[in-house]
Amino acid sequence: MSGETVHAAPASSVSEKAVPGWFGLVPAITLAVLFLIPFAIMLSVSVAHRVPGGFFEPGFEWTSYERLLSPFFGRILYTSVAISAGAAAICIALAFPFTIFLAGMRHRVQTLVLVALLAVLSLSEVIIGFSISTLLSRTAGIGNLFAAIGLIDGPRSYTPGLFALMTGLCYLVFPYAVLVLYPPVSRLDPELRDAARMMGAGPLRTFFTVTVPLMRAPVLGASILVFVFTLGAFLLPQVLGRPNHWTLSVHITDQAIFQSNLPFAAAMAIVLLLVALLLVGLTLLLGRESGGRR
Amino acid sequence: MTALSLRGMSKRFGSLAAVDDVSIEIPAGCFVCLLGPSGCGKTTLLRLIAGLEEPSAGSLHAGGREITTLAPNRRDFGMVFQSLALFPHLDVADNIAYPLAIRGHGRRARMERVETLLELVQLPGLGARRIHQLSGGQRQRVAIARGLAIDPKVFLLDEPLSALDANLREHMQVELRQLQQRLGVTTLVVTHDQKEALTMADLVIVMNEGKVQQAGAPMKIYRNPANAFVAGFIGQSNLLPCTLGSDGSVDLAGTRLALDPQDRVKTKPGPAMLSIRPEDLRPDPQGPITARVAFIRDLGESVQIALDFGETRLQAVFAPRERPDVAIGDALRLAPAPGGIVVLAPPEAPAS
Repeated sequence: MSGETVHAAPASSVSEKAVPGWFGLVPAITLAVLFLIPFAIMLSVSVAHRVPGGFFEPGFEWTSYERLLSPFFGRILYTSVAISAGAAAICIALAFPFTIFLAGMRHRVQTLVLVALLAVLSLSEVIIGFSISTLLSRTAGIGNLFAAIGLIDGPRSYTPGLFALMTGLCYLVFPYAVLVLYPPVSRLDPELRDAARMMGAGPLRTFFTVTVPLMRAPVLGASILVFVFTLGAFLLPQVLGRPNHWTLSVHITDQAIFQSNLPFAAAMAIVLLLVALLLVGLTLLLGRESGGRR
Repeated sequence: MTALSLRGMSKRFGSLAAVDDVSIEIPAGCFVCLLGPSGCGKTTLLRLIAGLEEPSAGSLHAGGREITTLAPNRRDFGMVFQSLALFPHLDVADNIAYPLAIRGHGRRARMERVETLLELVQLPGLGARRIHQLSGGQRQRVAIARGLAIDPKVFLLDEPLSALDANLREHMQVELRQLQQRLGVTTLVVTHDQKEALTMADLVIVMNEGKVQQAGAPMKIYRNPANAFVAGFIGQSNLLPCTLGSDGSVDLAGTRLALDPQDRVKTKPGPAMLSIRPEDLRPDPQGPITARVAFIRDLGESVQIALDFGETRLQAVFAPRERPDVAIGDALRLAPAPGGIVVLAPPEAPAS
């Protein structure tokens, strides 16, 4: 400090020196090493030549992408997007009202619920998948409970199937949706809802004319997050779904690990990435267009 | 005719009584100010009337009908919130038309009404603006227009002017009062600003600790405060501990004051509290009160003189022409103006 007394520099330039300019390169380099380079490798693998029964050798050919153009893979892509979009829609439809309800509770209760949700995040996809599979099974599942109270004639299984798969996916992403929605929802001025009530709107009208429009951007953001997240799920569709519910992620795993067809797996991954980016971009564009009209 | 009638209304949050057994009759067309320090329960009382809080006890009648548990959206009241609560996702016109849209009015009717209201609050042609494009005063006017859109039976305002700067606030007080007189709508305003209450109100309700301390016309409350709290809260007042004698005189720390027949005595002989307004202390060479000048503020329009009287500090206000020729440190003899003294019960010692 004594050295500064002669050439008293402004405090700001001192603090700027504490973090040198090249420091900003660190995240950029990390991103390049951990994301761009693997992505480039994947791109190059996707156009490599496959050696049947063996591995692959460098090359440039569209063979793997041509294979993707078949109706079979078109249907898989459609299934993937439909399942993810469906899971995202159901999850947000549950998480948004839940978050509003949560934000209205006492502070101590809110903290407890948020901690519980964070705890759920520590469960891996494997544990969630097999827990729900057991819960919905014929031998140990809720079918026994329904039978015992006379709702159905005898115990039955609810897994595998679309219902089980959706339950699993929603369970997996629900905490993320709530954690993303919670900050904006808890900051929403309660007087806005009071104002709508005073002007004659019932609770439902208030929700749809005030809360939903004000929370559109966070809801859109949470939807995209949840959609992209479920698009990458490869375990739950195998554990809880039937083969016709297997998503592109499942097939990528299958091709890469069990069929040893890395070029084809890489091509599928690239297509999945592009489709995901396209859908996210479209959603953002739609959100902005109607956002500008507001 | 009575527009609103509150009977024994209370609201408890846990063990705290935010509103404690309040009963008031509010005549139709009356401009009422709920006045009190922050935390006195005035906003809670307003929210009880609005239906945004449910009372723990008591009942509320409007226009002869009991509405104690009626949902707020079915009361047809207008309200301006402290945060204004304008909808940022709607423009000015849609904000004002919101209650009309909820009631299913057609687009043409809505827009005509919006035009009328915008002119009423002196913002013609601003219907297409976004809320964030408006100044604080303009937002205030939009919130008032929105609250009046349905011709409400009762118009409620929660500290509506507190966000404005002092000049604009005084201007809006006058404007709000004139608007209310023109429309004749029964209006309740919550405020902690006693000048605001004196400017606007037909009826001032002074609250403290959840209870109504006094209700009445502003000047009646000013001239004739019911207790030491009201005397100290409305306007400035010199509050002096004294002893009330049974012969119509008070003993003020050794100084005997004979009371004028116009003075008001509101307590039994014994320990009491004497209240006298600064403008009711007159310079008088034969006056019974002798005090030492501690500070002089020459404000042009008036002269404020602070005086040391024994242990207590007195405030006196004189017109510039009546300014006694004194300097700091001089002794000044004062006499109370006839009718200027109110002898009140001593403030209760904090029991709990």
